[in-house]
Amino acid sequence: MNETIGAVLIAIGLLFDLFGCIGLVRMPDIYTRLQAATKCVTVGTCFILVGTAVYAALGPMGVKALVCMSFVLITSPTAAHAIARGAYKAGVPLDESSVVDAYAEAADADLGASKGDN
Amino acid sequence: METFIWIGLGALVLGSYLCLYRIGRGPTAPDRTVAIDILGVILVGFCALLSILTGKGFYMTMAIAWALLSFIGTLALAKFLEGKSLDE
Repeated sequence: MNETIGAVLIAIGLLFDLFGCIGLVRMPDIYTRLQAATKCVTVGTCFILVGTAVYAALGPMGVKALVCMSFVLITSPTAAHAIARGAYKAGVPLDESSVVDAYAEAADADLGASKGDN
Repeated sequence: METFIWIGLGALVLGSYLCLYRIGRGPTAPDRTVAIDILGVILVGFCALLSILTGKGFYMTMAIAWALLSFIGTLALAKFLEGKSLDE
């Protein structure tokens, strides 16, 4: 029973991982690639680790898998946020098909507000 | 079950090759940084599957260490991209 549930969870995680990697290759610019890859691969790896914990029936290995899952769940979005910020500050352009640049609009609004105060 | 784990290992190796393609081909430096980060997270899953296949617990320890080290490396690269020094 444990084996079956663990295998199903691991299969779902593998699918998410593969979709994330395909998104990393196929998407047009850095920001869309970042979104596709980071979300999919984080969820996929978390599913694999939960599947490992279920398969090991919460032995020593399973508890380690859960600890590792919490680390991945905390660190991976933080790293993605830092990379996106760094890429924008480094001046990497958006793809031509992008329709909105919310970060630039927010920066403009901040600039206008501070000018109005003075 | 063993066959299934081997198939899963093969799928993760395929994903790693897609990441390597993006590392080699990526037009800008942030593309390569993202691909390196994703490669690290995929290898964590690879270690988990190896620990099931061999039944040895130290692969999970390796996965924890790998996740944290990959996070620190990615943060350092992102700081570098932003144009700041590392102690800022």
